[in-house]
Amino acid sequence: MGVKQNTKTLFRRNVPLAQPRFQFQILERHTFNNGHFPTFSEKVSEHKQLPLTRGKLEILQLNLGKLCNQTCKHCHVDAGPDRKDQQMSREILQQALSLIETYNIPTVDLTGGAPEMNEHFKWFVEACFHLGVHIIDRCNLTILNAGKKYEDLPRFLADHHVHVVSSLPHYNKKRTDAQRGDGVFESSILGLQKLNALGYGQPDSDLILDLVYNPTGIFLPSSQSVLEPQFKRKLKNKFDVDFNNLIAITNMPISRFLEYLLETDNYERYMFSLLDAFNPATLEGVMCRNTLSVGWDGSLYDCDFNQMLNLKSDLPNPTIFDLQPDKLEGEPIVVHQACYGCTAGAGSSCGGEIA
Amino acid sequence: MPFMSEKKYFDPEDLKKFGNITEFQEEMGKKFFDYYAEVFKEGALTQREKALIALAVAHTVQCPYCIDAYSTECLQKGADEEEMMEAVHVAAAIRSGASLVFGVQMMNHVKKMTM
Repeated sequence: MGVKQNTKTLFRRNVPLAQPRFQFQILERHTFNNGHFPTFSEKVSEHKQLPLTRGKLEILQLNLGKLCNQTCKHCHVDAGPDRKDQQMSREILQQALSLIETYNIPTVDLTGGAPEMNEHFKWFVEACFHLGVHIIDRCNLTILNAGKKYEDLPRFLADHHVHVVSSLPHYNKKRTDAQRGDGVFESSILGLQKLNALGYGQPDSDLILDLVYNPTGIFLPSSQSVLEPQFKRKLKNKFDVDFNNLIAITNMPISRFLEYLLETDNYERYMFSLLDAFNPATLEGVMCRNTLSVGWDGSLYDCDFNQMLNLKSDLPNPTIFDLQPDKLEGEPIVVHQACYGCTAGAGSSCGGEIA
Repeated sequence: MPFMSEKKYFDPEDLKKFGNITEFQEEMGKKFFDYYAEVFKEGALTQREKALIALAVAHTVQCPYCIDAYSTECLQKGADEEEMMEAVHVAAAIRSGASLVFGVQMMNHVKKMTM
């Protein structure tokens, strides 16, 4: 079942926004017409929470590469079918395994692009499974229908008790396809049905299937408690699809979503909506407190968004080969204007709401 | 003088200043906003249902601020285009019905007046 690409990657179009430095300049130096826009650091210091510092490492998030079978309009990674150049190597994955085992890191979170397209994905998942670690796969669902190579993927995920966190921005086909590409909705539903048939998202099953909702426009997500019952009812009634939890994630003003904001002249409006919705109660639970993000080349970042902006963690040698997970507590977190995306409303993280 | 050069009656940016109405009458303004916040809390109706009702009412009272605000609110609460347009049709149906039902009055009058 094919999906049509809605756009091309910034990288392929070779536009200035493809450069993290250029995105960062827009975020840091943009002049607003509609009044003063405080820096994120200023805002956090108002609540006496500066500097933000790390807690105990609980989640090692590995970005296996930017290769993806989709080119979604809002993608913060600038992933797509042409991004074959930056794939995490077996050597780096081996080092991650060694750290997970040595330091008993409870959760490994695999993201991309489509992480399943990394040639070492299955080997790594098997190795993590044998270590007994909680494995999260951030699955775009259409990869489950992407041809013979991936035919056995749903069974593989079930056999290794992988927690599937899958993207579905809306139960409405038009809304989903507008963001992710024509044909994505139908293929996603088929993917969900395949996972359900294996026990995912079913009552009394330990195979967890969560959906990721992210707004299909320049608005912020409502609370998960408002959205989840609608999604459950609509998907069950129309497609007989079940899932466990709905995770609501705010779109970050970087990469292709930043391009969309600039092209539609909505950048200022969106940034002010993030600022107006700033919620200091989220600061305790932002994901950079307990998650460390690893790039395809082993570089370390405080989150996947910082990774895409090429803002490395403030460590002496921010690479997985020098990482000492037990020494991270108290280390400062690198913040910038896009961090407003994680502190708006109920907050946003890879695990959904914070506050 | 600035107000003399003002050419428009409606500025979408004014919506952000709605809270400033307390500047001229604090007590009533505050009571209004407290009441407003209470009304839109999750209750016997969900927040999503209330947003769709508000969208329909916004069209009935033809308030551009309210239409902007509750179009966004409905999107945030997960409503889709079809649901939102159905809510507007409910408003339109009630408005048109409210005119048409007076057709009975017209008919009554005409029947009295004619053979």
